[in-house]
Parts: sequence; structure tokens; C-alpha cells
Amino acid sequence: MNEQVLEPIERPPTTMSSRLEGELMEVSMGPQHPSTHGVFRMNVALNGEIVVKLKPVFGYLHRNHEKIGENTSYLGSMPYTDRLDYFCSMTNNWAYALSVEKLAGIEVPERAEYLRVILAELTRLQNHTSLLGFLLNDMGAWGTPLMYAFREREKVLDLFESLSGSRMMCDYMRFGGCRVDAGTDWIERAKKVVDAFPRFLDEFENLVVSNEILIARTQEVGKLSADLAINAGITGPMLRACGVNYDIRKVDGYGIYPRFKFRVPLGEHGDTYDRLMMRVLEMRESIGILQQAFKQIPGGPVMNPKVKIRAFRPPLGEAYGRIEGPKGELGFYLISDGSGNPYRYRVRPPSFVNLTILEDLCLGHTVADVMVILGSVDIVMGEVDR
Amino acid sequence: MTEQIDEGLRNELQRQGIWVTSMQDLYNWGRRNSIWPLQFGLACCAIEMIATAASRYDIARFGGEVFRPSPRQADLMIVAGTVTKKMAPQIVRLYNQMPDPKYVISMGACAISGGPFKQGYNVLKGIDRYIPVDVYIPGCPPRPEALLHAFMELQRKIDGQKLTGITKAEHLDPGQPSEFPVPAFGEHDLEPVANPDVFHPPKMERQS
Repeated sequence: MNEQVLEPIERPPTTMSSRLEGELMEVSMGPQHPSTHGVFRMNVALNGEIVVKLKPVFGYLHRNHEKIGENTSYLGSMPYTDRLDYFCSMTNNWAYALSVEKLAGIEVPERAEYLRVILAELTRLQNHTSLLGFLLNDMGAWGTPLMYAFREREKVLDLFESLSGSRMMCDYMRFGGCRVDAGTDWIERAKKVVDAFPRFLDEFENLVVSNEILIARTQEVGKLSADLAINAGITGPMLRACGVNYDIRKVDGYGIYPRFKFRVPLGEHGDTYDRLMMRVLEMRESIGILQQAFKQIPGGPVMNPKVKIRAFRPPLGEAYGRIEGPKGELGFYLISDGSGNPYRYRVRPPSFVNLTILEDLCLGHTVADVMVILGSVDIVMGEVDR
Repeated sequence: MTEQIDEGLRNELQRQGIWVTSMQDLYNWGRRNSIWPLQFGLACCAIEMIATAASRYDIARFGGEVFRPSPRQADLMIVAGTVTKKMAPQIVRLYNQMPDPKYVISMGACAISGGPFKQGYNVLKGIDRYIPVDVYIPGCPPRPEALLHAFMELQRKIDGQKLTGITKAEHLDPGQPSEFPVPAFGEHDLEPVANPDVFHPPKMERQS
């Protein structure tokens, strides 16, 4: 990250006089819309077909996540974190477990760390796969890419299910380790899934990436400059698509990520095409990490035996734990007053922060592009509204 | 009504290439095998709903393949996820816009009762407070198989609906409402809190 103080950015004007001397047309897109990824609403002002103003409306899925977190025990919040970003329950679990471990100073056994990495990277695979499917769905490739994506996603979900007992809401990690150990047959099955994954990626890339329509719909659409991205706090693949080298797996080196060799793919233009390609490239790197982890994973316990999970009372203090989730920086900020439940429980959701620049991305583009840009931001309303 | 025809006669006719059935059976057979759901997701359960529609579980086998984004073209509303009080009026409005006959599946713990988020101040404690629900599926989220089961239960219900007589289906009775009042944002809560014509909570009887 560059250290210099960034100039305040000039935003394009949000009102524009119409050449046709007509009134701007105001359209309310959502909350019931096939491509808003949940219940998200945008009040769009259109000049002809060009977006001149976009006002997002949130709160249709506000579920009091943080308040519930403050009223339940530390362990009780773990299943709720699954329901934040319901695509990536494993990474949500990890981020929450990481911040509690930071708060209470808990060591995690070696095998549990490896299992966490394996599950987080599998989560990244399935999240990015389904994102690509949804994005192409929004672009008008109705159905088929989504079917391909969900076919692969089901294979990963099968692994999650056989390990944790649930397809989506895994609730797998605990403070100081993981809930259950993975047997050797599970590792073998996971290896098979991961080894078969590059074939799917090749197939998918052949089908879509060089497609003329896809290129016309995504290149130079929704360009995000690196300055704006840094100022707005954008993280994850969206930030890296603008060419900013910032990956928390490298920067923080949390868990055991420093042991793995992987590259951080970077974009150049920051447009929708770069954001799409970033996901494909990240999946290839994830496969590399997974294969290294399968080779290195040691035996041993998966739970720190010293941790009393049931009557868990961390000492006074505060902690912020963050991980590189599939969507960006996912952080949990906890303040402990020594009692059984946190005094303050705050989630730093990546998709909410990434959504804040939606208007800047959409201005000047047609209304059909808004859906594509929104799809490339990769939001999940459970996390945006919490 | 088909059962009133003699079995032997029917078999004989079938051998000659004549298929005898009643209008009601034919009509219900057509209706139950082309239930088009509304493409409408609220939260986590919507992802399982998409998984049900996707390649592995393939709800198309049961006639539900065409997810329509417009309520005007949909027969079935799958309320998949947490209903907040901000979203409830929109859901009732979507339901009102659907043409008769229409059915509702309440998918997941949240849509049934508020589920794990029930204590929240702005979570609706069940969509059955405002619209009639045909099938409830518990689970958080229910598996795709559970949604398929609910779909088959709904098909069974449609199959048993009568077209005439005193026990005819509700949507054929002009006295039955097909639209329900949309709740408004009140000072503290939605107004009304529940529609008494629709919502019949079980009476708790205390055993002394």
C-alpha cells in the first residue's frame, strides 16, 4: 500500500441536465428483483437509459445480528455467524473464532490450523464458483452457467456436510480448534474434489471468458480507480482488481498462511471483467494452497484441551480479528467485560463496505449494466444488513 | 369421479385407445405438474431454493422448473428466509399480485416463526400472520430434499381439490378473499400486527 496522503477524489456529478429536456425517470429496482442477490433495493434516476443517480436502500434483511451477539454467550454467537454470509459459513466461523482466540489468548493445535485453511479455501472455491454463475445469470446467460457452477458447488457442500453435519450452516470451528476431526477418508475425498476442480475451471473459462458478449458487457464497465478503492475501504478481490496488492493472508499472515506458497493475482483496469477474472485466478491459487495443505497436514488433536468452551469467560479487554474472506476483509471486534457474553460485538462485513461505492461504479452506465456491476461486487444481504 | 366408472369397462376402453377420466382429474393433473414458483429469495433459504432448482436436485422433474420473476406469472410463492417487518408489506403485496389459484410454501424456521432471529425487534414472527400458508418446512435451512418433499405435498393437496360441490377448492369460492390487506408501518410495529382472518395461533391449554 502506498504511504502518501491521498487527494480527495472528484466524483462525477450526480445530476445531469437532460438533452431531451425531459424529466428524469425514477425507477425503484428491488427489493423483489431476480438479480439483486437478495432483498436489496436501488432507487435509480435514469436519463433515457443512462444512470444519473443511484441510491441504495438497505435494511430489508436486518436481523439484529450484533445485538443478539451481545446478549448470547461467546459460543452462542457461533451459529449466528454462519448466517451472516450464508455462502461462506466456514470463513465466518474462522474470523469469529480468531477474534475470540485473540481476546483470550488461546493456542490452536497444528492439525486444527490446517483443517481451517483447507475449509476456508474450499469455501473460497464454492463462493467464487457460485458468484461466477450468478454474475453470468445477471448478464443474461440465463441458467446454464449457474447450473455448471452449482454442480461444482454441490461437491464442496458434500464435503462440508460429511464433516460438520450441515450443508450450509456448518458451525464447525470452536475457540481453540475445530469441533470434530476429519478422518483420513475425508481428506482423500477432499483431495479428489480439489484435483478435479481445475478441469471445471478450464471448461468454464473456455465457455465464457473469451466469449464476445461477455467481453462487451464487462470490459470498461464499472471502472473503479485504485484511489477511490483505498479511500472507501474496499477490500478483497474488488481491491485487487484495481491493482492494489493487499491480501490479508499475506499482510497479516494469520493462522498458518505464511507456510504456503501462493501468488496474489492483481488486476489492471478495475473494471467488471478484471473483477470476474480475479475470482477465476484466485480459485486457481486456492487449489494450490489446498494441495500443499493436504500434503503437509499432520496428525494430532484438533481441539485445545485447556479451553472451557461451555462456561467461557475471557479476561477484560478488546480484540479485533480479521481474515481474508472470499469477499474481502471480514473482521469481528469484541469487547469483553469479563462476563459470559461480549460487551460489544461488531462485525466488519466486507460486502457492506464494498457496496458503498456502488453509485460511483454505476454512474454513466446503462441500467442493464447496473445488475452486472452489482453482481461483480459480490454482495450477500445477510452480511450487508446483518 | 373417475372411480365411479367400472374398472373393467375402463380397462377395455383403454385397450381400444380411449382414455376415460373426469374433467376434475385432468384439470388437477395439469395444474399440479406445472407449478411455477415465484423467483423470490429473502435470505439463506433462498440459496437452498436455488440449489433445489439447479442441476443436482432439479425441481423441474416435478414441474416447477420455470421460476418466474414476476408474480403475475407465478402459482407458488416460496417464502425462503427471514421476513423482516420492512419486507413484510412487500411480500403481502407480491402475494396479492399473484393470480388465483395460488399457493405458499413457508420455507425454513424464520418464515415459520422467526426462527433463530425471533428475539429481534424487527423480525416478523412468521409469514402466516398475513398470508395463508399451505406447506411449512422446518429446518435452518431445510435441505433441498425437504423442499422437494414440500413440493410433492403441495401436489398432493392440489390433486385432492374439488372443482364443484360444497367441498370445492377455496379459490373457486367467490366469497373467499384472494387478496389480503397490506400491513402498514405503524408507530412501533406493523399495523395490524396480524391479520385475524388468516392468523389462527394455536390455543395453549394449561393443564392444572
